[in-house]
Amino acid sequence: MPDRMRKLLHAFAALADLGEEIADTSDFVEMVQSSLHVVLGALAIRRGAVAEHHPDAGHLKVVATRGIGDAPIAPVAIDAAAVETLGAGGAICFHVNSSDVPSSMAHRLGEQLETLCTGMRVELLMPLVVHGELVGVILLGGKASDEPFTAEDCETVRALARHIGVGIYNHRLLREIASRATENERLYGELRGLYSDTVRAFAAAIDCKDKYTQGHSERVGKYSEIIAREMGWSDQEVEGIAVAGYLHDIGKLVVDRDIINAPYKIDAKQSSELNRHPAAGYDILAPINHPYADIPLMARYHHERIDGRGYPDGLTGDQIPLGAKIITLADSFDAMTTDRPYKTRRRFDAVVDDLRRNTGKQFEAIVVVAFCRALLKEVNGETRVRHFTRLLGKDYLDGEQAAPLLIQLIHELETGAPHAAAGGA
Amino acid sequence: MREETLATRAQPEDARGVAIVYAENYLNKLSGERIERECRNGLEDGCHALVINFKQTTIVNSIGVSILLGVIDAVERRGARLVFANVNHHTIKLFDLLGLSRHVALAENVEAAFAILEDFDAAPTPHGH
Repeated sequence: MPDRMRKLLHAFAALADLGEEIADTSDFVEMVQSSLHVVLGALAIRRGAVAEHHPDAGHLKVVATRGIGDAPIAPVAIDAAAVETLGAGGAICFHVNSSDVPSSMAHRLGEQLETLCTGMRVELLMPLVVHGELVGVILLGGKASDEPFTAEDCETVRALARHIGVGIYNHRLLREIASRATENERLYGELRGLYSDTVRAFAAAIDCKDKYTQGHSERVGKYSEIIAREMGWSDQEVEGIAVAGYLHDIGKLVVDRDIINAPYKIDAKQSSELNRHPAAGYDILAPINHPYADIPLMARYHHERIDGRGYPDGLTGDQIPLGAKIITLADSFDAMTTDRPYKTRRRFDAVVDDLRRNTGKQFEAIVVVAFCRALLKEVNGETRVRHFTRLLGKDYLDGEQAAPLLIQLIHELETGAPHAAAGGA
Repeated sequence: MREETLATRAQPEDARGVAIVYAENYLNKLSGERIERECRNGLEDGCHALVINFKQTTIVNSIGVSILLGVIDAVERRGARLVFANVNHHTIKLFDLLGLSRHVALAENVEAAFAILEDFDAAPTPHGH
């Protein structure tokens, strides 16, 4: 085989080797280092480097070197004129130390790059240009054969450089995409925080209107969150139900304050006015583009009952969204465990009796079971965070008394039969 | 695959401080980096000559060539000697074309490589010591 053909085949094989290396984008520096190896190996060049162009910083940063020692190389400043020189017209071979290159080349490359080339004894400088943009340069020392670079050698390097340039360009795009994704994630986090703060502010505004139920909305949000988490909802869904809990009474903003704060049992007309608040809440929340599903519906249906005796629409059973059923239980539990103008809060055993009596009528069994399980975990010390204790006050729950009541109710609801240990409880 | 085809840690083979490094069938990035590492280790361990045995090697790709150039550089910097043994005809042609043969001695086999190294040792230094 003629020598020229053999050399060509070796260069051709190098191009194939390069494709394999560039395809591996997991490690940028490794990719560039391997690419440099391919170029050096294609023509048996003993030293070289690849530098990436950073247009924003206005410099070339050496990414990989071979045969020039391990000392770090500081970024090399490159001005607009040099960028233009290197980038114009695509890839061009520069025989930097060749006698036929005018001395003005140093001026066009800039002092720092010229100094670097001199220090490295660069004999060939190949710009890496993609879509007319300078993405880097390959700096090459002399060949092992000590022969000067030929036009064919330049063509070989040019072909390899085109691929290396694309590899660097693609990596830069990936880097930009990753950076934008991080920025978007940060902005999204900020927006979520803003939304959350706004929701809390609304909840506080709602509760301010009712002087007897301060903190009610926040507690309903927390109870709803606990129940949903116990039912295995995703983090996103749990966040959504918490927001629905915070906003479930937003419709009270349009109800007369005197009715909400009446220190006596309100009459039928006042009750009818008060009962407007779920539908009013829906009307307020519906036009808003919430980041969570069904927030307006959960506000609208939080006074529906599965036996159909609720309001505003008198829905039954599965017609009521599960989220609304969770809010219903959280809302009722808070109403029973906080002092109201016309009654003090109930003892825990009375609350459990109420849950038992109304499961299947007002409350959904699986929701009550989830609620009881979450509460049981806390009174049994299985959870580190004591949500219920914080929400109910530390003196309200007696673990020794509460646990058997909860176990009994869970058993009844899951099996449909009274617990054997229940006795006359 | 026989154990000797792997580039195992180079150790001085004898009192002359010569290490033999075995190249694999395909000298590419993976196997090349291992050879380079073993050669550098051998030099650091005090070897003053290295023999790379290419008996099992059929192909040397571009990265392999670059890595061998790196080994040549490392050996030259240490003032040590390097012989490539059992290089096949095709690869010899490639080394000749690319100029590697100007920087490294080629031997038909390991015994011949040792003979070359002995000749080196016997040859008078430029200062006549």
